Amino acid sequence: MFTPGSILSWATFAPLAAAALVVLLVVLRPILRLSRRAVDDGARLLALAGSGLSLLAAIAAWRMFDGSTDQVQLVQHVTWIRAFNIEYFLGVDGLSISMVLLTGIISFVATIASMPWWSGARAAELAGMVEGGHQDPAHPHPQHFSVRAVPGYMALLLLLQTGMMGTFVALDMFLFYVFWEVMLLPMYFLIGIWGGPRKEYAAIKFFLYTLAGSVLMLLAIIGLYYNSAPAELAGGDTAAHTFNLVELARQGAAGQFERAAPILGFAFTKLAFVALFIGFAIKIPMFPFHTWLPDAHVEAPTPISVILAGVLLKMGPYGILRFNYPLLRDATQWAAGAIAVFGLINIVYAAFVCLAQKDLKRLIAYSSVSHMGFTLLGMAAMTPAGISGAVLNMFTHGLISPMLFLVAGVIYDRAHHREIERFGGLAQALPEYAAVVGLSFFASLGLPGLAGFISEFMVFSGAFPVFTTYTMVAAISVVITAAYYLWAIHRMFLGKLNPAYQGYPDLNWRERLSLYPLGAMVIVLGFYPQAVLSVIGNTLQTLIKGMSPL
Amino acid sequence: MDLLPLVESNLTSLAWFRPELALTAGPLLVLVLDLVWRRSPGRVARLSGVALLVLAAAAVLLAGQPEGGQALFNGMIQSDGFATYFKWLFLAAGAVTVVVVALGSEVAKERVGEFHALLLAVVLGLFLMASASDLLMMYLAIELVSMTSYVLAGFRRGDRRATEAALKYVIYGGVASGVMLFGMSYLYGLAGTFSFAELGPAVAAALQGSGPSLAAARLALVVGIAFVAAGVGYKIAAVPFHMWCPDVYEGAPTPFTAFLSVGPKAAGFALALRFFLSAFRPREAQEGAAALLEAVPWPAVIGVVAAATMTLGNLVAIAQTNLKRLLAYSSIAHAGYTLMGLSAASAAGAQSVMIYLALYLVMNLGAFVVVMLVASATGSESLLDYRGLAKRQPFTAVAFVVFLLSLTGLPPFAGFIGKWYLFTAVWARTGEAGGGWYAVLLVIAALNTAVSLYYYARIIRAMFLDAPNAAEPSPLHPPLGYQLIAGAFAAAVILFGVLPQPVIAWAEQALGKMGG
Repeated sequence: MFTPGSILSWATFAPLAAAALVVLLVVLRPILRLSRRAVDDGARLLALAGSGLSLLAAIAAWRMFDGSTDQVQLVQHVTWIRAFNIEYFLGVDGLSISMVLLTGIISFVATIASMPWWSGARAAELAGMVEGGHQDPAHPHPQHFSVRAVPGYMALLLLLQTGMMGTFVALDMFLFYVFWEVMLLPMYFLIGIWGGPRKEYAAIKFFLYTLAGSVLMLLAIIGLYYNSAPAELAGGDTAAHTFNLVELARQGAAGQFERAAPILGFAFTKLAFVALFIGFAIKIPMFPFHTWLPDAHVEAPTPISVILAGVLLKMGPYGILRFNYPLLRDATQWAAGAIAVFGLINIVYAAFVCLAQKDLKRLIAYSSVSHMGFTLLGMAAMTPAGISGAVLNMFTHGLISPMLFLVAGVIYDRAHHREIERFGGLAQALPEYAAVVGLSFFASLGLPGLAGFISEFMVFSGAFPVFTTYTMVAAISVVITAAYYLWAIHRMFLGKLNPAYQGYPDLNWRERLSLYPLGAMVIVLGFYPQAVLSVIGNTLQTLIKGMSPL
Repeated sequence: MDLLPLVESNLTSLAWFRPELALTAGPLLVLVLDLVWRRSPGRVARLSGVALLVLAAAAVLLAGQPEGGQALFNGMIQSDGFATYFKWLFLAAGAVTVVVVALGSEVAKERVGEFHALLLAVVLGLFLMASASDLLMMYLAIELVSMTSYVLAGFRRGDRRATEAALKYVIYGGVASGVMLFGMSYLYGLAGTFSFAELGPAVAAALQGSGPSLAAARLALVVGIAFVAAGVGYKIAAVPFHMWCPDVYEGAPTPFTAFLSVGPKAAGFALALRFFLSAFRPREAQEGAAALLEAVPWPAVIGVVAAATMTLGNLVAIAQTNLKRLLAYSSIAHAGYTLMGLSAASAAGAQSVMIYLALYLVMNLGAFVVVMLVASATGSESLLDYRGLAKRQPFTAVAFVVFLLSLTGLPPFAGFIGKWYLFTAVWARTGEAGGGWYAVLLVIAALNTAVSLYYYARIIRAMFLDAPNAAEPSPLHPPLGYQLIAGAFAAAVILFGVLPQPVIAWAEQALGKMGG
């Protein structure tokens, strides 16, 4: 079933097929006389199956991938729209295979976190997972997202997974753009329907910010197409222009786009770079385009925050490394200094903002902004350690930040608020939870022995020779990161237990199933980062060949 | 004067004119049968059937038309693949309108025959607009469409909004056609011909002079082209000739509004493409084309109009709460996008306009069918009554989302393919000398896309995110026919978004057969 030529299509379209089955189930409900409950459970099972199959395919692809070369592998390549030389072209290199694996893992974890199952009666009652919501008049709150309009939720979650996976495996610019946009709509609905009190505002803000960036990206894509040299299509014909990213990278290395005619006196490469970069920077999110992120995270249901932080944010740096770096090499070198400055602002500014947060989820959201700054800084340095650290940071942050959002969800499901100040002494009531929170916070602040430390260290050591001052400032700001996390632990878990939280159930199996695998990977990667580094290394070294300022 | 060749030309031309003849006979047939069946119970179904048969007959005759471009009636009209492409669009729009009128109740039962007869006359006018290749024919075709449209816009006689709509339409239309006629008189004075094909060389020759006579000729040319363009701009509702559009869209019966938003708009573009590309084509090896463009830089002017049209349409649409008005401003914005293709002044630009109009027809008719569907069940076109629609009519709500996102231009829906072609056609001109402003136009269009999402998403928000007006929302039971049509359009929007190749190839082929 899984062949090298079809494995990426499996990983991409298994969730979509499951989503189609969910829709079919809903349509057939009156005919088959199914109860609402049966349809809900069927949708949940289909979601687990769809994202499980996608994860299996991603793992199989990871195992099939040969990390000893920098070549694109597991290729599937056919013509799609002949009139415009558009191809259905999937494939992975070291950069994308790491993101494919991450997407598979995080999608499955998010699907598990979307289930009301395995919660235990008390925890389910507290979370409002029962029909009609939670009965305690002292703490009224709506039904849990996992029991509200379930088939719609599952179908959209699966559609989102297809969009994410497709974005990372598409090697045709047009196809990439289609997958990129396909993600927007499910995200809008998942935040807008199943989100918190200000969900409408957060959902439309996310949608508008991302679309504004992506239409600029679209213009840049069209421009790159028209300035590309003739290339061979999948069928063997020669086309005047191409969307093939591998071919475009080859042409970019040969300086094809530097020869393009300037537009209104500006060099084409610089304009294209800026247009693409803004589109991707909004997704990262890079200061000053980051303001949509805290709103989206705070209002989104837990699994959607997990996907947002774990996968969606990675698409920004991924796009920059897939488009800007190989295609527009001169412009990338021209902009490297600016990228480093923005990265530094992300790191320092967001860390200070974290210190002032009262809401746990907002704090974690801003910490994501801060951590994505490391990726920007490492990328801008263009040294072997810097770029590998940047991509490793995408991977480790992709594991750690979902943990953070999951633990925030755990306490929200019980207490129905996230105000750090109102907790206290929770370690006594929820010892297992306190331990997991400790693990995830320490991983995020870069404790040696955990995954986050390795990537931060590599970024610092790679960026230091190029941006010495910036690196020193960024390294010092890690102290602030430690401060906000430790202070949060202090306020939430230590001291006297607030009697309101007496008797809360500790972690249940639903939460363990989603948290422990991530925690295990964070620990393993902390000691053995080579597992990822050996796969991404060759591709990244080729990518920066000849661009390093050293 | 020897009349014999003229008569002969007219007689041979009839072979290419059969679809139009069918459409000429159609209204008369419908009117007669309307009287015959005055008291019969199944009048609406029968008359609609007859109207559909007339359209089908025109379609059969159109399909069986002899190959190749042909100048008919001494060059008054041009029968070619380009015109045929648009004629198919008009037939499709006409057929959908006939069906939705029959299903709905907006047109009173006893007046359905009258409506269908007038509608068939409009379709005939659109056919002539798409094939007119002569200034006089252009004027006559536009007038035929306008006159019948005035009546149809004010079809609901008792309704104040309808009366206002019709009156506004008549006054704006009258002014526009007067202005256009005035412009034509200048062009005729300058060139001594009405024919599009001869207009370009003749005007170029008039620009050969020097001194004051040249300045006068230039001024006359600018006025002439600008005034003719104003007449066309009124038909496609381009800024600043768009003021009639929201009121007419709101006041007219919704099926006719839907028709108005795709039919006459497409015909206006067909006419504009033919007028500008066959008479004032730049870049081609036409004698004096450079001097002509220098005197009248029409691509740049149309580019400015396009930017203004899309920006105004989108910004004003944000404030609308009546769905028909909202879709009216949205259609103004879409006219702006489509004008970009015209301003590209190239074969690729013309092709992109054709593709966009075909895809726009599918998605916009689909959106209007949803509006009719909801109005037939709730009696309201207000955005407030769309709240909670996802719970009351999930199928319709999902279909509407497909149409709205396609209108926004998001993949994988048809609207994205259309926008993609417009953008690429314009982009292809940016690299040329003096083409830098095309890049600015593109950025404006791209930002407009983001703005348009805001108001389209407001509808989505109302349907899916907002709580229903009633605590216990009751399911809606709209006519099954509407649901089937909406479903078919939604499927087509997705299909053309994923597999656009047939539409693209068809438009390319049709453009290759543009004569004159």
